[in-house]
Amino acid sequence: MAEHRYDGVDSLVGFAKTLRAAGVAASPDRVHAALQAVSELDPSRVQDVYWAGRVTLCGTADELARYDRAFQAYFGDRPGSLVRRQRLLEPRLRVVAGSGPGDDASESEDGTQERASAAASDVEQLRHRDVTTLTPQERADLHRLLARMRLSGELRRTRRRRPSARGEIDPGRTVRATLRAGGEPARPVRRRTSSRPRRVVLLLDVSGSMDVYADALLRFAHAAVRRGGAPTEVFALGTRLTRVTREVSHSDPDRAMAAVVAALPDAGGGTRLGLLLKEFLNTWGQRGTARGAVVVVMSDGWERGDAVLLGEQVARLRRLAHRVVWANPRKAAPGFAPVAAGMAAALPYVDDFVEGHSLAALEHLADVVGGVRRA
Amino acid sequence: MTVEGRRGLLPEGIASPADLGRALAEQGYLADTGTATAAYLSLALPRPLFLEGEAGVGKTSLAHALSGLLGAPLLRLQCYEGIDASQALYDWDFPRQLLHLRAAEAAGGANAETLEGEVWSRRFLLARPLLAALETSPSVLLVDEVDRADDEFEAFLLEVLSDYTVTVPELGTVRAEIPPAVVVTSNRTREVHDALKRRCLYHWVEHPDFAREVAIVRARVPEASERLCRQVAAAVQAMRGEDLLKPPGVAESIDWTQALVALGAEQLDADTATATLGAVLKYREDQEHARRLDVGALIALAVAGG
Repeated sequence: MAEHRYDGVDSLVGFAKTLRAAGVAASPDRVHAALQAVSELDPSRVQDVYWAGRVTLCGTADELARYDRAFQAYFGDRPGSLVRRQRLLEPRLRVVAGSGPGDDASESEDGTQERASAAASDVEQLRHRDVTTLTPQERADLHRLLARMRLSGELRRTRRRRPSARGEIDPGRTVRATLRAGGEPARPVRRRTSSRPRRVVLLLDVSGSMDVYADALLRFAHAAVRRGGAPTEVFALGTRLTRVTREVSHSDPDRAMAAVVAALPDAGGGTRLGLLLKEFLNTWGQRGTARGAVVVVMSDGWERGDAVLLGEQVARLRRLAHRVVWANPRKAAPGFAPVAAGMAAALPYVDDFVEGHSLAALEHLADVVGGVRRA
Repeated sequence: MTVEGRRGLLPEGIASPADLGRALAEQGYLADTGTATAAYLSLALPRPLFLEGEAGVGKTSLAHALSGLLGAPLLRLQCYEGIDASQALYDWDFPRQLLHLRAAEAAGGANAETLEGEVWSRRFLLARPLLAALETSPSVLLVDEVDRADDEFEAFLLEVLSDYTVTVPELGTVRAEIPPAVVVTSNRTREVHDALKRRCLYHWVEHPDFAREVAIVRARVPEASERLCRQVAAAVQAMRGEDLLKPPGVAESIDWTQALVALGAEQLDADTATATLGAVLKYREDQEHARRLDVGALIALAVAGG
């Protein structure tokens, strides 16, 4: 980095604007902190401005790389780099996957199913239809229904205790009651451990082969994050691993979808599931994100890379997670057998293997995750 | 914020990140430019320092070094799931309160009101780390592995860190004369809430480069020969390039060197390295991986590099 003059408040505020364009949430109070920090250092040194900005304007490790690029673009001698970066982020994945029918075998079966349930209510019918066969109107209905879904992890006991009529004696509160009574022994007060839903981790395959389901699954993830009772993390497995929890948690489903699409690198192509799962475990899972959680992999198990690696990584995931659920939208197709090499390698380590092609299937998945039902 | 003519919490004679880096080095902590600048700003502004990074890169030891440098006691709060106010802030010493009450009764003639005032007085209050840090000036507060705690805990941590006060209903508000220097660490098992992060300076701690790692190991294990330190650092840096479940951190380099010194090794060779591999690689898969790689070759590479 060349020695560069730092010319005060304007320059830093302008830089913050560039940062926001690059996807770093440099909020006004952070900019204020940055100004304070710079004034504590030597504002004429690029290095000082760099570190002062970095420790104040960034809040997560994901933002550091963007910060570096934006910094170089703004203060360095390569102003073009930011523009290139933004072009890279242009949406590739469709937010609404058109009205095109899904491919191959699932077609005919859905046709018969449709006739059979002609008498049933529209909603009931919609619930069981493969999401890839819907008309735009039905799709809009589905989106409304999806937005109302609830996903909550299975309950587990916590270390927190709550007052209760039964249970072990709470020494603190008992003594407090005794004190209040002027030292006269009071009736023992009791407490009990409470339960909480486990963390839910959704790993969504957004590769080319899952393109037609990506929209419905992402909306499912949106409902899970927004309405679920449990802390939920969402990761997209495309050409790379992308954490999209933040993007997907926007209150409006459509805006959340747009944010996810913007956050994903160019989608499509094959997914190296094993490699991405490994990356997830290395950077997030092993540290704690997957520990004791209910992990849901939503994928057709179509592995372009090494199926053995995928098997190993799913085994590793199972050792960390409370339960591993695999939702495969293709499972509903007649004559489905988990012959995709990746799927076959992963299955021995999967606790629950479910479908994920329709609203009913997703509701079933939510029950499985919540421990209400087993697959 | 200026306290007694000094800038923030900075000790006298420290006017730049480089000064702080040198002072930290005297405490045996060799910080890179980024870490020194982040620590400098957190003392100058003053604002809590939020550190993230791989396990074993020296997040916790930075708090220890700051405590040594400021001559202030370190108050450490290890976070865990379900940690609550009575473990982090304060708790009443109920048994002693009861005892006091009984003793007063036995002595007789105690006035009810004075007795109540006595029972709910400071001497029966047990200060847990957060309250203790506010009551001790100066002090360094280390909130370790905040990502292990839950949202409720973050909420009251936020309250303490934003105005450095704790309110005990029976006693009143405790305010820090000089705010403690605060270091919050996270292993990033989950994203800590934005509201908490916004009050902090954020810094990602990297693994040190080769030269710094050698210097750190030498400073921490002075009994080890320079040659051994260079070899260990080179081997560990090579391991970080490998595909391991848990790449070793600086803490592991130090452990490994100590293990080798304990065995009386003057230099690293394949046999001693294999025997002490458990000090650096803590997963069976990683050890197997290292063996497949042929520890000997790795060491030879490291020796050539060192």
